[in-house]
Parts: sequence; C-alpha cells; structure tokens
Amino acid sequence: MPMLSFLIRRLLQTIPTVLAVVLLVFVLFSVVPGSIASTMSDDVDPQVELRLKQQLGLNDPVYVRFGNYIAKLATGDFGTSFRTREPVTTMIAKRAWPTLQLIFTAMAFSVVVGVPLGFIAALRPGGLVDSAAMVVAVSGLSIAKFWLGLVLMYLFALKLGWLPSFGYGDGGLKYLLLPAVTLGVSPMALFARTTRAAVLEIMTADFVRTARSKGMSETRVVKWHVMRNALVIILTTVGLQFGGLMGQAVVVEKLFSWPGIGSLLVDSVLQRDIPAVQGSILVVVLAFLAINLLVDVLYGVIDPRIRYA
Amino acid sequence: MMFRIMAIVAGLGLALAATAEAQTPRKGGTIRMTAPYGSSFTSLDIHTTQRAQDEIYAKALHRSLYIWDSAEGKPVPELAKEVIVSGGGLVQTFKLRDDAYFHNGRKMTADDVIWSFNRIMDGAKAYPGARYVRIIEGAAALEKGQAKEISGLKKIDDFTVEMKLTEKVDPGFYFFTALTSIYPADEAAKDSFIQHPIGLGPFKFVEHVPGSRIVMERWDKFYKPGKPYADKVVVSIMAEAAARDVAFRNKEIDTSVLGPAQYVAYQADPNLKGTIAEVAEVFTRYMGMNPAFKPFADKRVRQAINYAIDTDLIINKLVKGKAYRATSWLPLTSPAYDKKMKPYAYDPAKAKQLLAEAGYPQGFEFEWTTSQNESWGLPIVAAVIPMLDKVGIKAKVKQVEAAVLAEVVRSGDYQAFIYSQQTGPDPQAALKCFHSSTPQSACNYMNFKNADFDKILDEAGQADDTAKRTQLLQKANALLYDEAPVWFFNYNKAVMAVQPWLHGIQLNATELTHQNVEDVWVDETSPAK
Repeated sequence: MPMLSFLIRRLLQTIPTVLAVVLLVFVLFSVVPGSIASTMSDDVDPQVELRLKQQLGLNDPVYVRFGNYIAKLATGDFGTSFRTREPVTTMIAKRAWPTLQLIFTAMAFSVVVGVPLGFIAALRPGGLVDSAAMVVAVSGLSIAKFWLGLVLMYLFALKLGWLPSFGYGDGGLKYLLLPAVTLGVSPMALFARTTRAAVLEIMTADFVRTARSKGMSETRVVKWHVMRNALVIILTTVGLQFGGLMGQAVVVEKLFSWPGIGSLLVDSVLQRDIPAVQGSILVVVLAFLAINLLVDVLYGVIDPRIRYA
Repeated sequence: MMFRIMAIVAGLGLALAATAEAQTPRKGGTIRMTAPYGSSFTSLDIHTTQRAQDEIYAKALHRSLYIWDSAEGKPVPELAKEVIVSGGGLVQTFKLRDDAYFHNGRKMTADDVIWSFNRIMDGAKAYPGARYVRIIEGAAALEKGQAKEISGLKKIDDFTVEMKLTEKVDPGFYFFTALTSIYPADEAAKDSFIQHPIGLGPFKFVEHVPGSRIVMERWDKFYKPGKPYADKVVVSIMAEAAARDVAFRNKEIDTSVLGPAQYVAYQADPNLKGTIAEVAEVFTRYMGMNPAFKPFADKRVRQAINYAIDTDLIINKLVKGKAYRATSWLPLTSPAYDKKMKPYAYDPAKAKQLLAEAGYPQGFEFEWTTSQNESWGLPIVAAVIPMLDKVGIKAKVKQVEAAVLAEVVRSGDYQAFIYSQQTGPDPQAALKCFHSSTPQSACNYMNFKNADFDKILDEAGQADDTAKRTQLLQKANALLYDEAPVWFFNYNKAVMAVQPWLHGIQLNATELTHQNVEDVWVDETSPAK
C-alpha cells in the first residue's frame, strides 16, 4: 500500500511538470520568428503561404491556439504535423523504437563498461589501473560526440570494414553498435568517475570499518556493504543520464542517419513544425519522468531503509 | 546545345562520361542515392512539399506532364505524346500516352490529369503546386472556393486533355516538377495513400523508414521500353556531409553532394577526382539592397558596392571555387544567358568616385541581414565587410536563422540581405520577379520598379519568335546589370561525387540531385549487385 500511494503521489506530481513543459514549448514557438510556410521553400508562393497559415490556424491568437492544443492533448491527440500532414502520434510511434534501441544499448554499454571500471579504479586508488581508468573517463567526458562518431566510422567502417558507417538497415546490432557506443562513451565516463568516487567514500565509512573489524573478508565487505551502498548513487546517476542521452541522441542520430525521435525533433524545429516539436519534447519529458520514477522505486528495492514516504 | 557546352565547361570529369556511353546499360543492381538536405523526407504525398529533398525520391516514383531534359536544358513532354498549341498560344491540347500505368496496374487517363490538377488547387489544403497550376484558366477560382473544378481543363477523350492558359507561357516550365505529379484519382483520395504512394514513375514504392531511407523497386509496366535498368533504388537520408564522405569512400553509397571543403579535398585526391560531377545550377547568390533605405535608392551607390567587392577573391578563397561568378541575374545555364556580359570589375577607386557623385564621399552605414549559410551567408558577409570598409561603407551584421531570413526578405524588413534565389529554368519567370507588377512578397524582394524593364519584359512575353524573345530577355537582364539592385555574387556550382560504377547521371541544372533514374544504371563492379 505505501508503494501504491507513493506511485499515485509521484504521478500526480508529474502533472504540473508536464503542463509547465507544454506551456513553455508552446510559448517559445509562438514567439520564435519564422513559420512552416517560410521553411517550405526560398520562394514560397504568397497565396499558398496565406492559405497554409489559415489552414493550420497560425493566424489565430496564441491563447486560442493554446486552448485548442490543450483540449486535444487532454484526449491524447498530439495534433497533426504541419509538414507531413499525418498525426504526430503516428510520426512519434514510427521513431520511438529506434530511439529506445539506441538509448538502451548506449546505456547498457556505459553501465557495463563504466561501473566496473570505476569500481576497479577505486579498489586500487592511485595505481596504474586507477590512472588509466580516469584518463579514459576524462577523455570520454571531453570528446565531442560528433568527432568521436566520425572517428569510429572511419576506423570500424572504412579502415577495418567490420561495421556499416551509417543507416538503420534492418535495425540489427551491426547497425546499432557505432551510434550506441558514440552515444554511450560520455555516460560511461561519468559512471566510472561517479562509481569510483562513491566506492572510495563508502570504503572509509564507519560501517565498512566495523565490518572489517568483525573479521569479514574483503570480498564480502565489498559485495555486501560497498556495492549495495554505491548502487544507490549509481542508480541516481543512471536515471539522470537517461534524460541526458535523449538530448544527446539528436547529434548521434543525425550523424548516423538513425531514424529516432532526436532527428525528428531537429527537422521539426528547423521547419517550424510546431505540433511535431511539442509532441517530441513531450514524449522525451514523459520518458524522463517515467525513468526517474522507476529509479525512485528501485531505491527501495536496493536499500530497504528507504521508505516510500 | 547550351547545356552540352555547359557540361564541357563545367568539366564533367567523370570517367562515366568517357566509358558509360560506350557500354551497354546493364539490367539489374541497386542504385544507392543520398538525400542530403535534412534528416527526413517531408511527406510521401509529393503534392504537399516543394523541398528539393523530397523531389529526389519523387523522381523515381512519380511523373508529371513534362520532365526536365538535362541534355537539352529544357522541359519536354513526358506523359503527353504530343502537345498542340492553338488559340494564340493560350490553348494547349495534350495527347496523353496510352501506355502509362500506375503502380496499382491501372492505366492513366485524362480523368487522372484533371483530378490531380483539381486536387492541387484545393484552396483549403494550400498545396504548393498551386503556384504553377494557377496558370490554367479557372484554377484561381477553384482555389478561392468560387468553383468546383478548373474550368480551363477539358477532357476531350480518355487520352486527350485541353488546357486553357491565362498567359502565353511555355507550360513545360510549370508542369515538370513533382509538385504537379499525376496521381491515380481513385487511390490518392484514400487515407492509405500517404503511407503507400502510387505513381507513374519507373520505380514503385516498397518501404519508407522515416528519417532513414526510402526503398523502391522496378516497375515492370513503365512506359519507356527497356527501362528502368536497375532493380531497385534506395534513397538514404544523410544530412551530415562528413558522414556522407565516409560512406562514399567506404562504397556504401553511390552519390554524395559535396560542400566547398570536400570539393577541394576530392579534387586533390587522385582516387576521388574522377568521381566529381558538377553543373551550374539555376540559383543566383546576391546581396539585395532596399531602395527604401536612402543610400540604396541611388543607382550609383548600388553600382559602387558592386565595384567595391573583390568577388573573384571570395569565390576562389572562401567558396573554394565552388561557384561561378555572376554577371547579372540570369545564370549560366539559363537559355537567355548572354555570354558576352562581363561582371563588375573590382575597382575600389571607381566605387569611391561613384559614392562621391551620389553624395556619400564619406560613405554611410547599413545593416546587413544574413543567415549562417556557409556558401552565401555569414562567412561571405564577414569577408565583404572589410572590402566595403575600404570605400567608407560600414556594414553592421544582423544574423538570423534561415527560416527567419525568408520572412525578412519577403516582408522588406531589411536594409540589405544576402540570399540565394532560384533564377531558372524559365528566364521569363526569373526576370518577372523584377517586374513592377510582382509584389515584394512574391519574389520582387528588392521592390524593383523600372518602366523600361517592364516594357522589355512585356514585349518578351508577347514575342512568338524564340530568338526575338531571348534577345529581349537578354536586354532586360543587361538592364538589371546596369541598375544593380543587388550585388551580383555568384551562380551556384552544384557538385556531386558519383561512384565509377554508376552511369547515366544527368547534369541537371535545376537541381543536380534530381535524377531521372530510369536512365541511370549500375555496372557489375557495384558492391550492391
């Protein structure tokens, strides 16, 4: 029961966040100059432009447009794309799976490599492994994704011929690897640093010292005390990084011609396809909130002392 | 003829030019093209979009009454076997092909042509092709909701359509783009059409992965015997030039549009130099000057700006030679281009003298609106500013996004702007942008008004003799040169790298990426068999 009431409370808390995002995006794109008509062509016909604006309701006052949008949104209707003239939900649905594939693979790569790297580094602080791990971590955080992506393309596609350099193909792993690694390097580095810092701090905590003084083996100390306590911090970072990855995916998707929500968002912004922009951002925000809610629930699973209060 | 000369001048250095013609086109294989202008296609309903990106796939899927013939440099009948002109040039009777089948197997008839044009003129839908169809009598009334169909279109029989025009123009220039594609009347009205388009083109739709690719396969009932050659066409969306470069070198794609930096790199690479195809596209880049801003109202000031800028230096050093120097408004590949015309010389002394004569011996200051475009935006403005400064003219930069610049230009809310404007293929239409009857919001962005110019252009519009008409258009173009409503910067040189196994690429001056794919074929050395 506490879990259920916690979930309901948290879900209710997301409503103002979502509304604030919806309002902010709407207001931003109402004041930003340029319209879908001006992006259609360098020499769009003025009569067509006029009719298009009428058809799309762009000549209506902002409050009327916002009211119409909210009314539709309340029924789950994200509106119709100005560009493609198809429902925004359909457009997003077509892009959702490639984005999820990319983000979850990138996250899996970053966790599988970054967390053990940080752990190993923390167990021998100042040693060779620690220094090497931190060089990798700092580099990973510093490297621009665009540049890294190009280097990986050059190396694994052009020079070694192991992987295709671009595209979605059949959506299989060989097409997914390069974009996922490109996207995952930065969070991998962050996880390594966060894990190292968390483990180092926990290793000097009183309860660890107590465990050791009781004669508990180092393996058991690390496994039962250090790991579980570090997991809470790592989990928080993972949750936050999901949101970051969704934003960073924009660059990677464009570079690798990966058909996700990120590239949809970029084109929609550039072409002032306001319903598609609003829909894409809303989906990203909802996904971010959902993942963070899941993280909050997992806290209680990892550490029973954390109550759903 | 002009285009053949241009093809030589443009230096189509491809091995394909030498070898392809000697070989017999091979049946089969896959053509792997790229769409470089964004991260997606706008729509599979080509009537709704006039982006160059979308026409790349549409050239394989759809057909219009006319098609662009790159070799001849003009539109030629495609779905019409014959066009009979009468009524003083205002009535066009199209004898349609009786062997054109839609991808659902149904034969195209006159009803489909009429239905398609009526659809495009649905005012409530604001289809961009309306700008072209409006030339048909009664089309504007349908657009305004005052009629139920276009009165100027009449079905004579199943394969004959009579079209009455409002002006004496060559309808080929109006009905060759995919915006006026002929749709199957029965299928296109269905909601499912947007997900699975059906056309008359050489390839039929197979798959669209939004943001990634469109796949099409050979339509066996295509009306040109023996064509298309390839089994399949894949158009991959690749917005990033650097990614295209890797994919091209890795032989994953067959074509790649090159920017200035890559153009230099490919020319310098002995392995890639032979893959370059280039053509002068019908786009003119310029700095427009607002005559409502006092200094720019004086022709001498506008001329002074043309003399003050070392345009050749900018083209060579900054644009890396990926442009042709503009000598006036009409581009090199325009049928009315006058090759005798010479560009303004770089002559700062003359510029100063003209400024002094105009009453600005100390120069003046103006605001210059620009986008970030690498070929005709901020980098160019930054290079020009010191040159203008030398003659006393100070320019303040106002940087805006491309979409905003388009609105600024049409609204006249600027002192000066830098832009790229389509100036062809129809020279009459390109010059009409400067006719005083053309509103600023249409394409008369400099709000140019000149009675002499109007008179010459009107005369050209009435001329029946092509040579006489061309002569008048050249005269109008020369008048523009003298009036200098703009700084004549350059004509775009479109450059595309083409793999050696891909043959039949056409030097399309309207847009190099738009290929009549039924004429393109791949030989057995292609990695995509």
